[in-house]
Amino acid sequence: MEYLLHLAILFSIFGIFALSLDLIAGYTGLFSLAQAAFYGIGAYTTALLMADAGVNFFVALVLGITLAAVVAFVIGFVFSGLRGDYYILGTVGFNFIIFTVFLNWQSLTGGPLGVAGIARPELFGFSFSSSGSFFLLSLATLAVAYGVSWFIVRSSFGRVLRAIREDEEAIAAFGYHTLYFKLAIFVISAGMAACGGALLASYLSFIDPNTFGITSSIFLLSIIVLGGLGSLRGPVLGALVLILLPEALRFVGFPDDIAAELRQVLYGLLLVFLMLYRPQGFLGEFKL
Amino acid sequence: MDALQVKNLVKEFGGVRAVDGLSLSFEKGMITGVVGPNGSGKTTLTNLLTGMHPITSGTVVVGGENEHGEIRSYDVFHLGITRTFQNVRVFEQMSVMDNILVALTSRSVFASLFEKHSAFHANRAKEILERVGLWNKRHENAKNLSYGQRKLLEIGRALATKAGIVLFDEPYAGLFPEMVKLVSSIMKELRAEGKTIILIEHDMAIIRELCDHVIVMDAGKLLAEGKPEKVLADGKVIEAYLGA
Repeated sequence: MEYLLHLAILFSIFGIFALSLDLIAGYTGLFSLAQAAFYGIGAYTTALLMADAGVNFFVALVLGITLAAVVAFVIGFVFSGLRGDYYILGTVGFNFIIFTVFLNWQSLTGGPLGVAGIARPELFGFSFSSSGSFFLLSLATLAVAYGVSWFIVRSSFGRVLRAIREDEEAIAAFGYHTLYFKLAIFVISAGMAACGGALLASYLSFIDPNTFGITSSIFLLSIIVLGGLGSLRGPVLGALVLILLPEALRFVGFPDDIAAELRQVLYGLLLVFLMLYRPQGFLGEFKL
Repeated sequence: MDALQVKNLVKEFGGVRAVDGLSLSFEKGMITGVVGPNGSGKTTLTNLLTGMHPITSGTVVVGGENEHGEIRSYDVFHLGITRTFQNVRVFEQMSVMDNILVALTSRSVFASLFEKHSAFHANRAKEILERVGLWNKRHENAKNLSYGQRKLLEIGRALATKAGIVLFDEPYAGLFPEMVKLVSSIMKELRAEGKTIILIEHDMAIIRELCDHVIVMDAGKLLAEGKPEKVLADGKVIEAYLGA
């Protein structure tokens, strides 16, 4: 049971990350490979405030979201002139910068040793210390992230995002200052990712820079491509599949010394087959 | 009254003058045809008037008011100008209905976030889609439409803005005869509503049928202008444009 709850918690947290990325990649067409940086900012802010300053989780969470949103605002503005491949490369560069900061600012982040002893959330004297209660908290947060995403994509704002994805120059000719729309969704997405990052830090009770590298951003992109870009159910399904798949593969009986590598090969093959035969993913409404 | 004027407009691309000192007036409530051989600067003129290319020098006056030395694409809506594109640019992976609604709803980030399209927007979209004959396709993705239907959708999207000045960049290219009739009737209705139409077109029969005034461009410059029957019979126009 404890093992199943562990998987359910990871699914909920990665579902939040996936939804946050889908808002910018699936709905707005901005293929960001910087999402791990933003959930890293949320995770480190929460972890440091809780472990070093004894701040309550929910206060640290709000501060983590705020910091990620401010950074996203600045970076979004810098990236506003980039399109397509250049945008992707720009976000890769940003993820490297944040990863390097986490790794080398040892006096603050602990460098490669990371931050340990991060407590579980407490609210009005109730501690989410058991796996069951933490699962309910993370599931509720996923539900809120889904609700916020639903509200956004169903609004006129969401329709403009999709038009930007289709043809930014054309929608600008209809009076939309697309920079503002892109900045707004980039900030919202970063805040949502930071929220998931805070939960991850508190759940694992330990974080180090490797959790927030470029491979994590690529993994997230794989989740939403697999589940389906431009839909809300797709990223959640993608998170479910890619969290559960490695666990299912444990029972396939790969030799222990190469099991991890073979699992990576299988992920890769899955993505290759999807691109060949179902480029919109399982539930996607937008084809690359 | 002039709805739109351009004064000494110049556009250079790496030293090549695509529009070369053009001064023109477009009268309110009239259809003005813009003709000229390929590469004469017609589409560049449209792109300058809708902020898709920055102006090298010269000014644009909208509604007899301020002179604009620079037009940004997102300002065009507020200036009451809209356009269609020579190469169709509908939002392909959005429904036909959403293609229209996106031209109707709020331009503000904050307001649009808290806005779902209203019954007013839905009714207006229905009215427009019926006008361009696409109401029964409203749930289809735009990518599933035929080329001609996409052209009609673009025209519908332009109508949705309620702009007073509408630039049509070769709207008849690739249309079936029935669609040609429909587009012509829309043009006439828009003129009757007092809109200013700028029509870039190669089909001289359409220019003769619809236009009140014709401008002929060649090598980015004004070659001739006036009533269609007079201008199209002008020897230098025939030589430059028709090559005869």
